[in-house]
Amino acid sequence: MKIALSVKNVSKYFGDFKAVDNVSFDVEDGKFFSILGPSGSGKTTLLRMIAGFYEPSSGKIEIRGEDMAGVEPNKRPVNLVFQNLALFPMMNVFENIAFGLKRRGERGKIVKDKVEAMLERVGLPGFGNRKIGQLSGGQKQRVAIARALVLEPSVLLLDEPLGALDAKLREHMKVELKKLQLKVGTTFVYITHDQSEAMVMSDYVAVMHAGRFEQLDTPQNLYNRPASSFVAQFVGNNNKFTVKVIKDERGNFYAATDYGLKLKLEGKFDIEQDNTYEMYIRPESIIINPHDDLDKLNIIEVDVKAILFDGGNSRILVVPKGTDNEIVVMLPQNRKYDYLRPSDALKIGWYPSVSVCFKGIGERAYEEIK
Amino acid sequence: MKRSSKLKVRWGFIIFFTPVFLWLMLLIVLPHIELLRMSFIGTDFYGKSGFTLENYGGFFKEPIYWRTFARTAIYSILVTFIVLVIALPVAFYITKLAKPKAQGFFTVLLLIPFWVSELIRIYGWIILLRESGVINFVLLKLHLIKQPYEMLYHDATMIMGLVYTSMLFMVVPIMGVMESLDNALIEAAYDLGAKKLAIWRKIIIPYCTPGIMSGSIIVFMLVLGSYLTPKLMGGKNALWFTEQIYNQIIIYFNWNQGAAFGFLLLLMSSIIIFIALKLTKQEFTKVIK
Repeated sequence: MKIALSVKNVSKYFGDFKAVDNVSFDVEDGKFFSILGPSGSGKTTLLRMIAGFYEPSSGKIEIRGEDMAGVEPNKRPVNLVFQNLALFPMMNVFENIAFGLKRRGERGKIVKDKVEAMLERVGLPGFGNRKIGQLSGGQKQRVAIARALVLEPSVLLLDEPLGALDAKLREHMKVELKKLQLKVGTTFVYITHDQSEAMVMSDYVAVMHAGRFEQLDTPQNLYNRPASSFVAQFVGNNNKFTVKVIKDERGNFYAATDYGLKLKLEGKFDIEQDNTYEMYIRPESIIINPHDDLDKLNIIEVDVKAILFDGGNSRILVVPKGTDNEIVVMLPQNRKYDYLRPSDALKIGWYPSVSVCFKGIGERAYEEIK
Repeated sequence: MKRSSKLKVRWGFIIFFTPVFLWLMLLIVLPHIELLRMSFIGTDFYGKSGFTLENYGGFFKEPIYWRTFARTAIYSILVTFIVLVIALPVAFYITKLAKPKAQGFFTVLLLIPFWVSELIRIYGWIILLRESGVINFVLLKLHLIKQPYEMLYHDATMIMGLVYTSMLFMVVPIMGVMESLDNALIEAAYDLGAKKLAIWRKIIIPYCTPGIMSGSIIVFMLVLGSYLTPKLMGGKNALWFTEQIYNQIIIYFNWNQGAAFGFLLLLMSSIIIFIALKLTKQEFTKVIK
């Protein structure tokens, strides 16, 4: 596979502030690559360096093997879809899409054919004469993408283009965007703070935090095998336990909570100097009322604190008996537990293999993860 | 109850509307009707007055009148254009490039000249430009010129003075629209391959057209109707149509002729603004907002 975009040890400083800190990655031709991170993680800065609006303080950016140092944005073979789309309000749809072609000196029928073909591709045939103000959010979206794609860039950069849409439309556009990318085969570099967007659309996702890549992997691996405490919190939902890891005489490792739970773990742990760990268990990995025969499970007794009904995404909030440390548990969708009421007693359990642990006290990605 | 509340509303309307109505009627509409009437009245050989088109006919018969008229129109358009060319980058710099703190400072710099009256400002220019003025003095001392040069009383000097006096009225409306111009639009154009000139031509100027037009209308009307600057800086060589009106009314005491000239000037400015709006596809009601 050819490498469309290669970022090598790129850093960017604003004064003393390190916005992007020694980031490296390659994107293969035709892939959908996402950079996922909270606001302020440096992802927009990184994207703007690729687009050419910022020069890296150090490091190198190559597009199709060509060094981009000192190349102006208007000369780079990349195009950017802006966060607020930045469609030109004084031009109609056709003029917006034709803008880049005309700047290249293309004229007349060639421009017309290309624009019309592109409108067809993004599902807006015959929209050429519409004013920008007459378009819906999703249509504007597609015009913005068409305007960039018509230039046949080596890499299409997208800066949270779905951010301004309402939730329903965003769900829809996610799928649309993925389909479009498959159809046109252009390399997409997409930045977002929405983990669901990144997971649904991408071939690879880089989780960015405080200017660095925490993990670069497939969405599946990010979800199943997070590399850091931050990734575990940021990608998907997770229950966090601060625990002390201890080892029994037979060499098995256990996680002990400060309220007296002793939970089996899998694998080896370094407990020489400091045995403080953070343990994560996904709400969807927890089994409600597990069968007593399943002896390898960690089973704890809990009280139901609240029912968080959310259709297919319903969860319950439980606390281990006698404590107030909340655990979120996913409800199965077969309505088996519709009878549950607050303060009911339950047993929950999980296989030791589904929990992941990280040494030390990590940063909190959010104030509260529920 | 209902009735009294209705009455209240009426009163409020009347209280606020009356001054506006009086102002418009007494100071603008009535005098203009009177002037319009006067412009069609002439006194014949025997001192009898009656309806005539002679006042308007005189304008076309005497070359000095219509030449001054054409000159005023062309120079006003030229001044407006020069002001526009200077104001665009100035407004762009203040709204987009300058730091927020500096923005206030630059706006004050633009405003300061207007704290003194037009007359004083022009005398300032005269002190600088005249034969025994500051610039000539400096140039002589530096041996850059051998003889003092009279910089006043040229068309170029007058145009410079007019540009200077009307700059603010162009910069402020343009700044108004430019502030609402999303920087991402400029970046998007740049990203799509546009060079600087194309960004100005295709993005910034079309976006700012309402501001440009309202600024241009203000500047054009100000320049067209200005009297002091052309008279003091242009001297005898640079006639301005407002001077013709002044001369007719004050020197020749020919109110009828002066009124006709006034209406011709009003007609011309209306036509030019109408054409300019049509050419730029702008609506008057939107531009004056």
